[in-house]
Amino acid sequence: MGRFILRRTGVLILTALCLTFIVFLLTNLYPNLEKLAKSEGNFRMADHEVATFLSNNGYRSALDPDFLAKVRSGQATDEEIEAGINTGFDARIFRNYGEWLGIVPGYVIEGTDGTTRARCATPGMDIADAPSFCGILQGYWGWSTVFKDEAGSIIGTRLALTGKLMFWVMLLMVPSALIIGVLAGMREGSATDRSLSTVSITTTATPEYVSGVLFIAVFASSAVGLKWFKGTATSAMDNATFENFFLPVLTIALYGMGYIARMTRASMAEVMTAHYVRTARLKGVSFRNIVLKHALRNALIAPFTVIMLQFPWLLNGVVIVETLFNYKGFGWVLVQAAGNNDIELLMGVSVVSVFVVLVTQLISDIGYVYLNPRISVT
Amino acid sequence: MEKLTWTGSLGAVLDPIFMILVPVFLTVIILRVVLSFFEPDVGIQPNPDGTANATGGIWGLTRTGSNWLGLAMLVLLLAYLVIGAVMGTGAGIIGGISQQFLPVWIALIATFAVSIRYKTRLGLYGKLFDSVIGMIGFALVMFWVYTALFTGLFDLVSTHDPLSQVSSMKNKVPGTPVARADEGTYPYYLLGGDNLARDVFSRMVKGSLVVMAIAPLATLFAFMVGITLGLPAGYYGGKLDTFLSFLANLILAFPVILLFYLLVTPEIVAAGLPQYMAVVLFFFPLVFMAVLIHSRYRTQPKKNYTWLAITLIPMFLIYAASINADGSKITFWPLDFFDIPGGILVVFVSVVFVNSPTVFRIVRGLAMDIKTRDYVSAAQTRGERPWYIMLWEILPNARGPLIVDFCLRIGYTTILLGTLGFFGLGLPPESPDWGTTINDGRRLLSIYLHPALVPAIALLSLVLGLNLLADGLREQSIRD
Repeated sequence: MGRFILRRTGVLILTALCLTFIVFLLTNLYPNLEKLAKSEGNFRMADHEVATFLSNNGYRSALDPDFLAKVRSGQATDEEIEAGINTGFDARIFRNYGEWLGIVPGYVIEGTDGTTRARCATPGMDIADAPSFCGILQGYWGWSTVFKDEAGSIIGTRLALTGKLMFWVMLLMVPSALIIGVLAGMREGSATDRSLSTVSITTTATPEYVSGVLFIAVFASSAVGLKWFKGTATSAMDNATFENFFLPVLTIALYGMGYIARMTRASMAEVMTAHYVRTARLKGVSFRNIVLKHALRNALIAPFTVIMLQFPWLLNGVVIVETLFNYKGFGWVLVQAAGNNDIELLMGVSVVSVFVVLVTQLISDIGYVYLNPRISVT
Repeated sequence: MEKLTWTGSLGAVLDPIFMILVPVFLTVIILRVVLSFFEPDVGIQPNPDGTANATGGIWGLTRTGSNWLGLAMLVLLLAYLVIGAVMGTGAGIIGGISQQFLPVWIALIATFAVSIRYKTRLGLYGKLFDSVIGMIGFALVMFWVYTALFTGLFDLVSTHDPLSQVSSMKNKVPGTPVARADEGTYPYYLLGGDNLARDVFSRMVKGSLVVMAIAPLATLFAFMVGITLGLPAGYYGGKLDTFLSFLANLILAFPVILLFYLLVTPEIVAAGLPQYMAVVLFFFPLVFMAVLIHSRYRTQPKKNYTWLAITLIPMFLIYAASINADGSKITFWPLDFFDIPGGILVVFVSVVFVNSPTVFRIVRGLAMDIKTRDYVSAAQTRGERPWYIMLWEILPNARGPLIVDFCLRIGYTTILLGTLGFFGLGLPPESPDWGTTINDGRRLLSIYLHPALVPAIALLSLVLGLNLLADGLREQSIRD
């Protein structure tokens, strides 16, 4: 077991490194950096100004000084400028990634404009005081260019808000999904089974942006709706009440619920045809006791894995629902960071989400082995 | 002209019946479900002498009751649609819509009549018509297929142009007559106008075309990629399997929305990344077909080359033309006889990319299971090549679960397309696809419901249909 966990953790770290590097590579593509430079500097920058901005701020390698002097004096033709600026692959990306991880010392660059910038010096800090390493390993998540704040603290506060949302989602989704699944699976083919299965198929076919729209229309619309709940959850960030928080929670929970319920149903139906259930029935055990004492525990092994593997999907739902209900949590930050190419914030967001996915996968594997003694890892 | 009501003159007769029938039906259904907790629902039980016993008492009563009431509901709904299709807008909004869908109804009825008539000869497809769930699902799916077909080919179902704006029709409720309608234009906005004064009904109908053009094809491509990589991974195992599974898990660990944002932003599209991905992903169908044919006819060179030429030359032409686009990073191919609009290609590639690892995992699992069977050992003993065994022994025997997953996956792809539209990624903002329209409509959702509600229900019905169809197919293929 120990070796299994160790090996899986190794694969997990390798996967996380690969994924974060892919995100890093994509966010650091030249067109993205150009957009960043123009939004940070000004929108009428010439090509060589963009390139010097990027090299001064440590995103790309420095330009050739002779070339720069030639361009500045206005002697270079357009073709020469185009040829002189590298817009393709830049090997500096590996160093930048190392800096972001915290295994390579952060850059200290004396820019062509005379000022010296250092990666580890947050705005307002003296460069001489800045530490030489600053990356994820040192606990520094970088600087958000959109929110003008430390990425780590933004992710922390937003994650807490989403944690609140997820807590209620789990509290609603898991018990109701299990109850629906067990009720449907204990008598396969009965009226209960058929109606509950129809309900769960319908909820799996309803993505969050459809159910959210339907719920707002029915329960929150000021035109014709019932006006039981609020259509936005902005006020739920400080003060969550049933009125402003129930709709987003229900919207996320419903999509995952159908899937878990169907898995539980299948597992329950399988257990109900097992020999030991037949034996119990022939012994004259009441149906109620068969379900509660003989079948239930064995039927809940499979749903455990499914619930754990639902986390990546829930993350998706969180992004949609937070956008739809204007709840400024983790999903909302993801949209903001990705939409504005806020590199370090986006890196932080992807680290968190990738780790959530991988750790839940690990837990589901270990839990499955632990719960089901027939499976062995060796 | 007057504003249309929902049911028009039909309403006077049918609405009261409807109003009584719905609550009664729901009560009986709930009663039946509650009762089934207390006594097993045994249904009809045959006696040894050939007679049958139906469930008696209140259980039997609710059972019969709900069946008949369900039938009555169905008849009533059909009455709304059939009479509506004849009367047109005289029967209100529902009548008008039903009349616009007339070609779809005819095609649906014809499909069902032919299929049910010959169902014994149609294999798994025919068996679908033995299960009610499967038939409902099939009807919903075919409804949208025919809608897309008729509106795409003949411009039949929709009433207005999906992009034209009629002033003073902004955010108008369903059934509003078009102001100053010219001769020849449809006199009503059947499902109202959106916040740019466009017809919601026509946009919903045209949106089905976008979904139907992308979702099944993208799923097919994802299956080609997944099958071509999953079969060897499952069959050979070892290092190849470890490597490919690691790659698949890598993509699967990505949050889908983050991946979409990274792939679909205009800057990345300008960098040509989706196009390079298309070069790789679109190549898999060619590889698949080449290996499929070659492994079969390896020993008959003449037949082999004929078939390879017949399939691969057109496929290669389409491949080259689809990855090649003027003014982008890839412009080498002279015979570029069509261009995929930029947005569509990006969306298509990212959807294929997201779906293929899951297909890979399914195919790999199936291949690992099936390779232990006797007929595979027999083929190995005969001295068949590995690719022949994979494609002509393992793959046909894995078709049941793959067909079911194909249906489910089209539904999932539809949801993904909607997600892309919902975040305004990829497709142009005026595109009538359902995700984009939901995104447009949600901003004013608390005041004007219909612009977001109509595409939401359309998307829901299509995905639900695909899920029910998959369920019916699964039921029938297990029974097989």
